[in-house]
Amino acid sequence: MTIKEIFDTMDYGPAPESASEALQWLADHGAIAGHYINGKWGARRDDFATSNPATGQKLAGVTKGTADEIAEAVKAARKAQPAWAKSGHKRARTLYAIARLMQKHARLLAVMETLDNGKPIRESRDIDVPLAIRHFYHHAGFAQLMKDELPDREALGVCGQIIPWNFPLLMLAWKIAPALAMGNTVVLKPAEYTPLTAMIFADICTQAGVPPGVVNIVTGDGETGAALVNADVDKIAFTGSTEVGRKIREATAGSGKALSLELGGKSPYIVFDDADIDSAVEGLVDAIWFNQGQVCCAGSRLLVQEGIADRFYTKLKSRMDGLRIGNPLDKCIDIGAIVDPIQLAQITKMVTDNPEGDIYQTDAPAGCFYPPTLITGLSSASTLMQEEIFGPVLAATTFRTPAEAVEIANDTRYGLAASVWSENINLALDIAPKLVAGIVWINSSNMMDAAAGFGGVRESGFGREGGWEGLAGYTKPRFTAKPIKQITPFTTDDGHPADPLDRTAKLYIGGKQTRPDGGYSNPVYSAGGKLLGHASIANRKDIRNAVEACNAAKSWSRTTGHLRAQILYYIAENLSARANEFATRINTMTGNKTGAEEVETAIRTLFTYAAWADKYDGQVHGVPIRGVALAMKEPVGNIGVFCADDTPLGGLIAAMAPAIAMGNRTVLIASEPFPLAATDFTQVLETSDLPAGVVNILTGSHADLAPTLAQHFDIAAVWSFSSTALSAEIERGSAGNLKRTWVNNGLGLTPGTHDYLAASTNVKNIWIPYGE
Amino acid sequence: MQTKLSPTLTATRLPQLHEPRNDGMPLDLDWVAAVQANTSAIERRAATLPGRRSVKKEYQAAWLCKAISLIDLTTLSGDDSAGRVRRLCAKARQPVRADILEILGMQGLTTGAVCVYHDMVATAVDALQGSGIPVAAVSTGFPAGLSPFHLRIAEIGESVAAGATEIDIVISRRHVLTGNWQALYDEMREMRAACGDAHVKAILATGELGTLRNVARASLVCMMAGADFIKTSTGKEPVNATLPVTLTMIRAIRDYHDRTGIKIGYKPAGGISKAKDALVYLSMIKDELGCRWLQPDLFRFGASSLLGDIERQLEHHVTGAYSASWRHAIG
Repeated sequence: MTIKEIFDTMDYGPAPESASEALQWLADHGAIAGHYINGKWGARRDDFATSNPATGQKLAGVTKGTADEIAEAVKAARKAQPAWAKSGHKRARTLYAIARLMQKHARLLAVMETLDNGKPIRESRDIDVPLAIRHFYHHAGFAQLMKDELPDREALGVCGQIIPWNFPLLMLAWKIAPALAMGNTVVLKPAEYTPLTAMIFADICTQAGVPPGVVNIVTGDGETGAALVNADVDKIAFTGSTEVGRKIREATAGSGKALSLELGGKSPYIVFDDADIDSAVEGLVDAIWFNQGQVCCAGSRLLVQEGIADRFYTKLKSRMDGLRIGNPLDKCIDIGAIVDPIQLAQITKMVTDNPEGDIYQTDAPAGCFYPPTLITGLSSASTLMQEEIFGPVLAATTFRTPAEAVEIANDTRYGLAASVWSENINLALDIAPKLVAGIVWINSSNMMDAAAGFGGVRESGFGREGGWEGLAGYTKPRFTAKPIKQITPFTTDDGHPADPLDRTAKLYIGGKQTRPDGGYSNPVYSAGGKLLGHASIANRKDIRNAVEACNAAKSWSRTTGHLRAQILYYIAENLSARANEFATRINTMTGNKTGAEEVETAIRTLFTYAAWADKYDGQVHGVPIRGVALAMKEPVGNIGVFCADDTPLGGLIAAMAPAIAMGNRTVLIASEPFPLAATDFTQVLETSDLPAGVVNILTGSHADLAPTLAQHFDIAAVWSFSSTALSAEIERGSAGNLKRTWVNNGLGLTPGTHDYLAASTNVKNIWIPYGE
Repeated sequence: MQTKLSPTLTATRLPQLHEPRNDGMPLDLDWVAAVQANTSAIERRAATLPGRRSVKKEYQAAWLCKAISLIDLTTLSGDDSAGRVRRLCAKARQPVRADILEILGMQGLTTGAVCVYHDMVATAVDALQGSGIPVAAVSTGFPAGLSPFHLRIAEIGESVAAGATEIDIVISRRHVLTGNWQALYDEMREMRAACGDAHVKAILATGELGTLRNVARASLVCMMAGADFIKTSTGKEPVNATLPVTLTMIRAIRDYHDRTGIKIGYKPAGGISKAKDALVYLSMIKDELGCRWLQPDLFRFGASSLLGDIERQLEHHVTGAYSASWRHAIG
């Protein structure tokens, strides 16, 4: 075209970024992605190919890591770990060096990322790479501060990390930076489709003087990942699909390996009628057409207030028409290639199979591209409103009121992120805490930063990456736990009652003493063989009823910390009034003489969490925007607990007090051998103004009840301090809804106050950009 | 010699040849009240746009030529003289060295208009005779707009009589700052009437309006009152044209077009001095409003030093060597 012709059409024309340096780098490295183990390049085999999805051309061969190679890497990491954990300052210097070197190679990293993944160069250059660098800078600081600020925490050891293909370098940074900062060593497996920037990163580690074995990278596919999951590591950190996350949860159940999962999402994008509509439309470009929609926290469900829906859709369609899709290396492209033809086929099928609504699509070039797509007129019942598409497809519906918006938004198995658009601060700040999500963006979308935790609830997984809250995933409390033996109840041939009155302790469900559904009970004998009474045998239906009672007590989670504190103090006061009775009961059941001390400890515990109830504050993170990210601590929801067996009252209260102080509702399974202190305690609760359903107490066999509680879809977390070996069962069962678990793995845990408080809360980051 | 353009010539050279003029509409206060502008979100869009859009090589050259065709080449100084204005007009006729334009195949390229104070209108009209380049006059007590109202209206008439076919008026910022939309509407309406056939550009002085929400509302009210163009600034405020302000104003233009079918022009003025900045503005207009707005009847840059930077870029495009300012005629 002549300049005069362009002058008339005002077309953009091509603006390609050169691939030659990146391709040269690959050629210089043998055009094969392979392992980096113990500071050296390891095996390199052309087991399968990684291609440029925009052209289909092979970029490099990829080595498929074997179980042996994984073991070799883990061994190197294990050997390197103790020395690496010694000096936070040394780690800070190393992380800083990595950040500097990444900056130096920023362009190479960006171009390689776009070649390998198909994302627009604008995104890899302006978002992925800078955020990855920022993560290393930020965590260099955490390494420096660890000794002073986290004196009670230590490294986990060797972390196995498995990352996805949608943000290959950024996810690598999110995994490696915090792990290294806290003194762990890592074995990381990049995604099968996108191993190449990890190769550059390995080079950078060498240049930065990272000690051999601290960072190990093993390339491969799902089988390599499975080998890593089964390897001798202390933690698995996984980002990827909910399906694979569930398998990893099952595979690691009972292994004692720590686990964090960042999984899928179907995040709502809520637009109220008082929003800046043009900005909300533009926000969707960042929400669902960022990285071709292949983003776990993509705003993929559009909820628009009914009165503005038509106007909003018209503006949105017009904006979609302006999106430029094509060669990802072009600096003037908004939407690049889908990562792989398999992914493209999956997106295409989901949209083709959808029978409902009105579909609007722009054009896409031939090849591995999918056009920006809007489907309006859907409802919560529509498959595309529920299932994650992981492509540039936006599913839309309408709502009438704020309450209905929240209801639709939360009507999902996922809980990763959400956007709220309104110019009314009262409305926006009212909605944000009500959304079931780990991240909420007010009048914005897809904002991420190293200083703010990222992660979800429900089937979006658990654990946070980034911020102070993210460090918990790479540290453990400094205590050594000893194995505990299963405590069995006393039995006797005597059978004479200690008290002639028949005393059959009932279950405590929904604030009422309730007979067990099964109608059976167990005798409870003293150490001396006297019959102390009977304890009900709860079954799965009693658990069902207790969870229903928890749900009926939802308002507890919205009460003030002040009120919860008052009730906890009152429980303590009422327990104190009957201290002698409880001490005697404990001594009689256990045959020990520690009852008085246990009661005293229980009262102190109640005071401690009463004190914390209105003081366990969130944080305001210093994120790099004009605005704030509020890290709010929210209750987890319904928590089921298998209480410690050896301390019949103390064990119950140790779990109950923090859980209810933070606003959770609880199903507590009392000490199995010594259940009667817990059942006596229901009388204390009844006289302490605790709303019905906040605490439910069941007795019976831990082993029998564990599967039901662990698999219950409406339980958000299960803890076990039982002396029965339940940990594997609970972790396996939790895979269904990916609830949080905290189990003892057969060890006598002595958690600190902050361990309980952290287990009783989820951190929700609410991003609030401001400015007029 | 003072020569007025003949009515026929005026008609053929009026910038809006195909679009109906904006006759305005009754003031719709409900619409004004419903206007929202989220500053952070607008700033984010503005900040990321330069990274999203890029034009290279011959496309860049063509876009820069387009930018020249959209410049209101401006001098608004207390020391303006007839000689200075004639020199500027000569530059408007021949904005780029002839040999460069020839290689580009863009012979005959001129700036969009010349913009001067009232006293310089006659000189400019004379100097531009036969070129077809319109003369714009800043008016109504420019830049503060605080002279007696009847004098401001009279000033418009004088400039039109002197041959200006475009009048850049300034609004009373106090009406915006006090939310007196009726007063702003009435003022604008009267100014529009005083312009007659001359096109009126409403200068909002966005740097003095306090908030983007005010910018959006003032834009809307001026369009309702019949403005042909809305313009950011006089160039004399502490902050002049910015990308966030531009986004806010052109979104208002888009809404007005959606509602009325009338296309309103946009003129960012002040602070745009680099070729690269001009390209970002053009891509913002293209992406938000569409290519139709990249014509001189719907878009102008109010700029004085921008042209010099564009000339250097064009010479670089043609020769491959970086240019120097003294290789190009001053305006």
